[in-house]
Amino acid sequence: MNLLRVEGMTKRFGGLVAVNDVSFSVDEGEVVGLIGPNGAGKTTVFNLITGNYIPDQGQVLFDGASIKGLRTHKIVDAGIARTFQTIRLFQKMSVLENVLAGQHCRMTTGIFGAFLQSPKARAEEQAALDLALEELEFVGLRHEANNLASNLSYGNQRLLEIARALATKPRLLILDEPAGGMNHQETDALLELIRKLRDRGITVFLIEHDMSLVMQACDKLVVLEYGCKIAEGDPESVKNNPKVIEAYLGPDDDEE
Amino acid sequence: MNRTLISYLLSFALLAASPLVLNRFWLEVLNSVGLYAILALSLNVILGNAGLYNMGHAAFYAVGAYCAAILNTQLDIPILWSLPICGLVAAAAGALVCRPIIHLRGDYLLIVTVGVGEILRIALVNDIFGLTGGPNGIFGIDRPFLFGYKIRKPHEFLYLIWGFVAMTVFLFYRLRNSRFGRALDYLREDEVAAEGSGINTGRTKLMAFAIGAAWAGMAGALYASKMTIISPESFTFWESVLIFIIVIIGGSGNITGVLLGAFLIIGLPEFLRAYVGEFANARMWFFGLAMMIMMIFRTQGILPPGPRFFRLPKAGKEVSS
Amino acid sequence: MEEFFQQLTNGLAVGGIYALIALGYTMVYGVLKLINFAHGDLFTLGAYLGFTLLTSFGLSDRVGPLLGVLILALMVMGLVALVGMILERSAYKPLRQSPRLSAVVSALGASIFIQNSIMLVYGPNIQVYPHNIMPDTVIHLFGMPVPLMRILILVASVVLMVALYLFIQKTRTGTAIRAAAIDQGAAALMGINVDRVIMLVFLLGPALGGSAGLMVGLYYGQVNFTMGWVYGLKAFTAAILGGIGNIPGAMLGGLLLGLVEALGAAYISIAWKDAIAFGVLIFILIVRPTGLLGERVADKI
Repeated sequence: MNLLRVEGMTKRFGGLVAVNDVSFSVDEGEVVGLIGPNGAGKTTVFNLITGNYIPDQGQVLFDGASIKGLRTHKIVDAGIARTFQTIRLFQKMSVLENVLAGQHCRMTTGIFGAFLQSPKARAEEQAALDLALEELEFVGLRHEANNLASNLSYGNQRLLEIARALATKPRLLILDEPAGGMNHQETDALLELIRKLRDRGITVFLIEHDMSLVMQACDKLVVLEYGCKIAEGDPESVKNNPKVIEAYLGPDDDEE
Repeated sequence: MNRTLISYLLSFALLAASPLVLNRFWLEVLNSVGLYAILALSLNVILGNAGLYNMGHAAFYAVGAYCAAILNTQLDIPILWSLPICGLVAAAAGALVCRPIIHLRGDYLLIVTVGVGEILRIALVNDIFGLTGGPNGIFGIDRPFLFGYKIRKPHEFLYLIWGFVAMTVFLFYRLRNSRFGRALDYLREDEVAAEGSGINTGRTKLMAFAIGAAWAGMAGALYASKMTIISPESFTFWESVLIFIIVIIGGSGNITGVLLGAFLIIGLPEFLRAYVGEFANARMWFFGLAMMIMMIFRTQGILPPGPRFFRLPKAGKEVSS
Repeated sequence: MEEFFQQLTNGLAVGGIYALIALGYTMVYGVLKLINFAHGDLFTLGAYLGFTLLTSFGLSDRVGPLLGVLILALMVMGLVALVGMILERSAYKPLRQSPRLSAVVSALGASIFIQNSIMLVYGPNIQVYPHNIMPDTVIHLFGMPVPLMRILILVASVVLMVALYLFIQKTRTGTAIRAAAIDQGAAALMGINVDRVIMLVFLLGPALGGSAGLMVGLYYGQVNFTMGWVYGLKAFTAAILGGIGNIPGAMLGGLLLGLVEALGAAYISIAWKDAIAFGVLIFILIVRPTGLLGERVADKI
């Protein structure tokens, strides 16, 4: 069953068509990769799905219902969480506080609840803390809980973003270059983490330039070039697709 | 019991004892500091916590003061009874003002709030709806009654105003360490990331404005009953700037810092006026100079806020704030 | 018709003054992303320096009124520019790497400082410009009488604006200013001395603001030490109206604001005159946050 369906999505910035009539789908439980050369419009596709931009044309369906035009927090609430290509943590706050941000939309205590600190509010607060710690444990950052986010290494900051996204209890997790800035060991650990995510039943949709990671992690790939989809399918077939090879290596004119 | 709590209890005890040693003049200064402390704490929610540049806070102060004055002089509603109404009316004004400008950022928001403050003041001068009494304002406002006792003398007001400050500090500490308080921090740190983490940033901003405005409105009601006469002159752009400066100099986002800021910005000039008499005219000059020097050498204010740390079960470093 | 014509010319003259002040705000904002709150007080300083120079030198008696006022204007512009530069070096330069709010507070401090310096030197009372500097000539335009002073102010402000525009658009230094406004880092990498650009902006802006102060003194005949707040706020409104950071925008915004205010005061209500400017500002920011000539840029996420 399609968890996410994108149909004929187009986005223009002034005269530039950043995303041109793109359609694809992500099935429940899959790990899907979105690849393509720099500037192909991958991050724009993510921003269109998460409501940071609104598509000019086309439709975005999540679990059968349209989420096009919804505000980002509503889309998170519906079950899509994301990480950012340029890490966007709350740098001056603690690691644990960063993860608690994700819990916000699953909590209900309001201003008067905060003033009164009713038993219910306290219990909710404690449950949120426990869950945040669990997610930190899951990505392996539990021991850093009271450190400042800005003190973490690049790789760990990416993991923290994943933990924050997980704290929103998503069904679909969107990762924008999760291995960016990671070394070999960290990338291997990330691959392991993505598999653990799938075991938890979370669908993963990711942009990544590390082809070895993409080939190992993904069940399916969608390839973009100049805002258009040029291929979709399992990693093996995409790898041998002449259009994809041309997009990455350039046309082999001079051999003729 | 942690150190912050102990120092707060000690400070409030000192304040409670101050009428024993201080004369009328200094009690009035303390009252003034207290009112500005409430105003600055309320702006701190908007400016310090949510990071929204509001330089028209005096508008909400004015709404509360005029609301109390009108209710009291026209409908004979006692000041302290009208306090929650004034808070609600000011909160509604805050939400109303904030709603259309919610998408504005940084300096644009700042200049619009300045504009809103000025428009309101001009409306008050022009005796809008025939209720505000024009440039002369409203006089004959009742003193507050507490359990049938009329509050009139400076030391009586001291207990009323600083009691309100204590309540505000208590509630705002709880607010800061709640889901809502954290949401304000996320909003200030990175709005896109906050929205992307599932926080309704538009609503959060609106709530921040409403809470801040509500407290400013209640401060206005207290002010109206203390002065018994109010006029548009008390709610100028300069007033907004003063509250803004208290928050920034004290330590934007930190409750204790903001309280220190109120003492410094409101109390110190009075101190200079009283003891360095011949420099009375130059005190604002010193003030401006001090602001520049302060920002250059201590950008974050006197007491900037730190991150919240939680006591963790089992493993992990044990740190508490 | 007569009334309308008077308000039109009056609005344009006042608008020209707003535009000159607005240019200082917009240039500084363009390069530093800072609201220079002290700019309004530099304008006041210009008005007061003009007063001192007028009363102490008696220039117009020696070289005639027009040349005298011209020399005076140049002196005022030079002096205020110098103060502007000192202000930047002392109050803003140390804060370049700090959070933006710190610079805003420093600017507010500078504003209070300059305002009170003026008050301490000249006293808190209104200062009245000498009456006899410029002849009270009234000339006839399209058969309607207009004070010469009004025309001169409009002409002078337009000349200054055109000069600035040509400087920014046509010269190498002007190109450097525009480049630094778009991207300081990239400009520095291209070999532009950003520090010099900032200094230049803090010479040009205050010079124009100071000239506006002198014009207000000559036009209204009196100055007070707090007038910088109101003129500054209105000029900043004008800058936002045109699109902050945009130099032609500041000129357009200033003239428009002057017109709207003059006509609004005449035909709606004089009591609400100051509220009109802010009402326009809020309206513009709600419907078109980038101002009239500002460009919309997509947020990079």
